Amino acid sequence: MVRRPSRGAVITQWVILALLAAAAVLLFLMAHENFARRHVSFNFSFLAWPANFDIPFHLISWSESDSYGRVIIVALLNTLLVSALAIVTGSVWGLLIGMMRLSRNWLVRNLALAYIEVVRNTPQLVQIVFVYAATVQLPPLRQSIAFAGGALLNNRGLYLPAFVIGDGMWWLPWLAVALLAAIPFLWRRRRGGRPIGAYSLLLVPAAMGLVASAVERMTFPELKGFNITGGVVVPPELVALWIGLSLYAAAFIGEIVRGSIEAVPKGQNEAAQSLGLSYAPRLFLVTLPQALRIMVPPLTSQYLNIIKTSSLGALIAFPELFQMVLGTVMQHSDRYVETLFIVGMVFLAINLVTSAFMNWYNRRAALVER
Amino acid sequence: MDVSSETRLRPGARPRGGGETARAANGPAARAIDWLRRNLFSSIGNTALTLAVLAVLALALPPLYHWAIGDATISGNNRAACIGDGACWTFIKVRLPTFFYGHYPDAERWRVHLALILLVLFGLPVMREGMQRRGLFTVLLLTLFPLLAGILLVGGVAGLREVDTTLWGGLMLNVVISFLAIEASLLLGILLALGRRSVLPAVRTFSIGYIELWRGMPLLIIVITSATLVPLFLPEGASVDRLVRFIVAFSLFEAAYMAEAIRGGLQGVPTGQIEAAQSIGLRWWQVRAFVELPQALRFAFPSIINTSMDLFKDTTLVSFIGLFDLLSAVIAASKDTAWLGYYKEGYVFAMVVFFIACFAMSLQARRLERRLNRHK
Repeated sequence: MVRRPSRGAVITQWVILALLAAAAVLLFLMAHENFARRHVSFNFSFLAWPANFDIPFHLISWSESDSYGRVIIVALLNTLLVSALAIVTGSVWGLLIGMMRLSRNWLVRNLALAYIEVVRNTPQLVQIVFVYAATVQLPPLRQSIAFAGGALLNNRGLYLPAFVIGDGMWWLPWLAVALLAAIPFLWRRRRGGRPIGAYSLLLVPAAMGLVASAVERMTFPELKGFNITGGVVVPPELVALWIGLSLYAAAFIGEIVRGSIEAVPKGQNEAAQSLGLSYAPRLFLVTLPQALRIMVPPLTSQYLNIIKTSSLGALIAFPELFQMVLGTVMQHSDRYVETLFIVGMVFLAINLVTSAFMNWYNRRAALVER
Repeated sequence: MDVSSETRLRPGARPRGGGETARAANGPAARAIDWLRRNLFSSIGNTALTLAVLAVLALALPPLYHWAIGDATISGNNRAACIGDGACWTFIKVRLPTFFYGHYPDAERWRVHLALILLVLFGLPVMREGMQRRGLFTVLLLTLFPLLAGILLVGGVAGLREVDTTLWGGLMLNVVISFLAIEASLLLGILLALGRRSVLPAVRTFSIGYIELWRGMPLLIIVITSATLVPLFLPEGASVDRLVRFIVAFSLFEAAYMAEAIRGGLQGVPTGQIEAAQSIGLRWWQVRAFVELPQALRFAFPSIINTSMDLFKDTTLVSFIGLFDLLSAVIAASKDTAWLGYYKEGYVFAMVVFFIACFAMSLQARRLERRLNRHK
């Protein structure tokens, strides 16, 4: 329905453009005047200043004399960490919820429905704060809950056994990650008409071998006096945010899974049945691969949602991007515009990268019609 | 999410007919047994699953019952009243005024109640099906009601004491913000949705850019901007109430989501309708106002309700900028030293309040959706 716009419409368009431009100029002038009056300027020199505060949880090394610029990187890594964790657990849990919704068992089906309704009809922020309040109420250090495998859970967080990487070996685990990441690319390789992609699974033991050779020893968390030594600690804020984000996302992912599986034509399943395939192969070889294609676009926006809502961790003081940059850095450096600009740009970039990746995957996974 | 799939055939429900109905006809007991067999015990695996779920429920539900009802306390009005192991609803009872009104003065609370009654009175004709002059009532709800309620809640005129917005709080604040933000974002969303489908390239580009940019941002960045950055863009000496600043920014944000909900409705209007309207010589705005939008809004109504529900849930984010909504009131209450340790009750209460409101909204959305699909 492409119509040539009428002359009146074209005039309207110019009027609207002029109004928008006028509004932008007005805002700019106002801000310019206010900046000048408050002796505020717009530049990013503050990023090099020393921060002089501690960050309770950091993936890369951090000392108080490091710069504001490094704060942003530390905080961004924390945001990405909790988002990645929540995407993995939320997807697994959501897949389970979706399958439960499709169960022929009335009890299982409605249990999943009840879960979805409760989660979707209450604010996520309340859920996260509630989970956090519960983790803070966990037993104190001396009465830690011990798990099989040596993990300890108490009100200071989750203590996990850790690998100690030998000196100069730090690049081996990264190489292992790269090998694992190569598998999806090799999966569809063919030689002489025979699919050979499955051989890429041999990379898994190779990666495990690399990690194993890099590990010098393992440390287990141990209670010593008033402290726990050894292992790594996952702080309660991260645990709470991780759980909160996963539980919420799972309800939506569950509905996406159910919708996409229901959208696969019934004839596909019936045809597989008539070939004599039993339930599991029907599900994993016929239904799910087709459902996956339908799932990708809504799943993309769900994953983007997880990254966006990880910002709610600021209310429970998890040092992610918002808490650190728009909270601590903004107050310490007095740079309102710049910090907001940085965070906005970071989210824009995350959005673009994620949707580009998902679009790429979508193209690969889409049905090739004749 | 797609709500219409609710109405589809449930996976467990087999088509009724033939032998099934013949067997099911032998009285309610036989029907019940038949239902149980079909839905819970159809195979060995299914039976095992049923028993496993029942076992989990048997482990989880009794302690929950004892906590919430069996061993719970609601009498008395101080901490000493709570002696059992169960929930201390006394805590909620004592805090109820704060949870509902925030710091709104005791003597003026009748104004909140009156505003609520007005909301119901103005809202009922809009929600009722087949009501005469429903459009007029909708306009009244969107114009006259906010004016009256605003006068009531703010005061300062007609002998009413002025109540500063910093004293507003609790659930009342969530509802006030939601109402105003839904109204503003709906109006702006209609413009954006029309703009997105416009033939004018500048208008279309602006609308798409606006919608995608705001949808890509976390709401929190908007909340913080409204609190810290907006004053920098105001003329010298001008100051705008923090609540108003938030509502404006929040509405601008939610308008992007509303626009997408309305766009879905616009896409549902058959092109023939618009062409017919154009062919009888209606002008651009007449086509929109009398032909396209009335139909599109009806199609979009379920999505609009769902967006409004998300918006209502999102109002809890005001706790980041120190406005005292229900969640902030609950957090503050759980840190009260006089009631230390009773944090669960507060959060459960907040969850229940939000659940009731949102569940009612999503049921309404589903009902409307079914009604819309029935005519297809």
